[in-house]
Amino acid sequence: MKGMLSVFRRELAAYFATPLAYVFIFIFLVLSGATTFFLGNFFERGQADLAPFFGFHPWLYLLLVPAIAMRLWADERKTGTIELLLTLPVSIGQAVVGKFLAAWAFAGIALALTFPMWITVNYLGSPDNGVILTSYIGSFVMAGSYLAIGAAFSALSKNQVIAFVLAAVFCLLFTVSGTPLVLNAFSTWAPAVIVNIVSSLSMLANFDGISRGVLDAVNLVYFASVIVLFLFANAVFVSLYKAR
Amino acid sequence: MASVVPAMIEIEGLKKRFGAIQAVDDVSFTVGRGEVLGFLGPNGAGKSTTMKILAGFLPADAGRARIMGYDVANDPIAAKRRLGYMPEGAPSYSDMTPESFLGFVAEVRGFRGGDRRKRIIEAAGRTQLEEVMRQPIETLSRGFKRRVGLAAALLHDPDVLVLDEPTDGLDPNQKHEMRMLIRAMAPTKAIVISTHILEEVDAVCSRAIIIARGRIVADGTPAGLEARSARHNGVTVVAGPDSRAKLLPLLTALSGVGSVVEEDQGLFVQPVAGRPIIEEVRALIRQRGIEVRDVRPERGQLEDVFRSVTIGQGSQVGDAR
Repeated sequence: MKGMLSVFRRELAAYFATPLAYVFIFIFLVLSGATTFFLGNFFERGQADLAPFFGFHPWLYLLLVPAIAMRLWADERKTGTIELLLTLPVSIGQAVVGKFLAAWAFAGIALALTFPMWITVNYLGSPDNGVILTSYIGSFVMAGSYLAIGAAFSALSKNQVIAFVLAAVFCLLFTVSGTPLVLNAFSTWAPAVIVNIVSSLSMLANFDGISRGVLDAVNLVYFASVIVLFLFANAVFVSLYKAR
Repeated sequence: MASVVPAMIEIEGLKKRFGAIQAVDDVSFTVGRGEVLGFLGPNGAGKSTTMKILAGFLPADAGRARIMGYDVANDPIAAKRRLGYMPEGAPSYSDMTPESFLGFVAEVRGFRGGDRRKRIIEAAGRTQLEEVMRQPIETLSRGFKRRVGLAAALLHDPDVLVLDEPTDGLDPNQKHEMRMLIRAMAPTKAIVISTHILEEVDAVCSRAIIIARGRIVADGTPAGLEARSARHNGVTVVAGPDSRAKLLPLLTALSGVGSVVEEDQGLFVQPVAGRPIIEEVRALIRQRGIEVRDVRPERGQLEDVFRSVTIGQGSQVGDAR
């Protein structure tokens, strides 16, 4: 537990030790604002809610979250510090969870800094703040799921670019499986059960419910399962690397 | 040699294979308090692999490694608490400062508050890092980086220290300092260092193990290993061509002489079974009145032993204990 906290603190501080944190936060804020106002027709809709804002989060995360996750293990492998870290009295599980939580906390900070959006809608009208809160929670757990995928792929390579590309492709699969494009391709031949399974594996589908203000246990269980599954894979990848 | 009991590092029948290469092949040894074991071998001989297994980073295929009685595979956290390990190249987080890096290591090792502060100051003091404590590690010189790695390894004052090539890439002054530091810590700890610099073994080690192709090919005190050299107790007679011609048959006939070889400087007289022979050679030269420039004894060179046991020649030195 102590070991995990130490890893968490070091890792979170490491984000802010380089310009990465500030660049990331800046780009995230600019893109989330731009998509909301230009692609989401925030004003034209004439509704005081943040649906256009949250609607683009899965797509933003697809690009940006692998960028925060890619360094977690790839960098340790490249510089050899993984040997230092894993010969300290820390278990692989503690290191995996500590690093993940640090990246997640960082993503949480970036997400929290979008609060001017919330102020804006409250200034313009009277939105349902309960929906906004659940959307924030949903967006945060979804970011965690993308992060867990990214962290696992980071442990597969010592090259951050490879880790990024692999993670982005995998995150894409988990995202698009809920789009009409993919679902239509399946529905023409596959039974409805299969279509439902594919759809239910999608970040989009699971986030959709939450962002409409319904904190359904099924969706939360989905995100939690993705996180647990990929953290487990992450630990396995690290052990395999160690045993290579 | 008299081994100090009880053993703090125990390695038994360690084996590790990478694909087709048997990197470590049945390596066993123990190290006790007060011992500094020099781990010697050519590149790729299995030194680092053995140390990585000992540090609990790599799992072994067979055999066991114990630190202070704790098995590194079955009880890794307990073993790691008692071990200070500096991996090859002394990796550290380059965007941290030595202060924050040592702070992290201290925290992981469970030190809090004032105790943590004290440990960091102590480790920095022993490795003379004070002046660079607040500079990013990536901006430091190689010598300082190495010392940061060492400070991290000895921060918790471990009973067992395992240092993979601690002086690699350091300048002569820094090497000297590193050796002094290792020697200063030696009495209370069991230390293993790997190196391919042979003078280092003479300088700091109480015992040396030579490893080649994953196997231990020699194990003994540095002096004991030197005595295994073919040149040990040999005599070099520096003389001109005329004297050489006269001396060659006389020396060859001298009792106790194994062989006489002509070298650049003169004649090298190799004794039978490494027995000292210089007095007999001197007497012979005096008696015959042959003019020579110098007669000097040779000391066995660790380098010769190293070469002969690692290349697989010289059966006389290749005993595997």
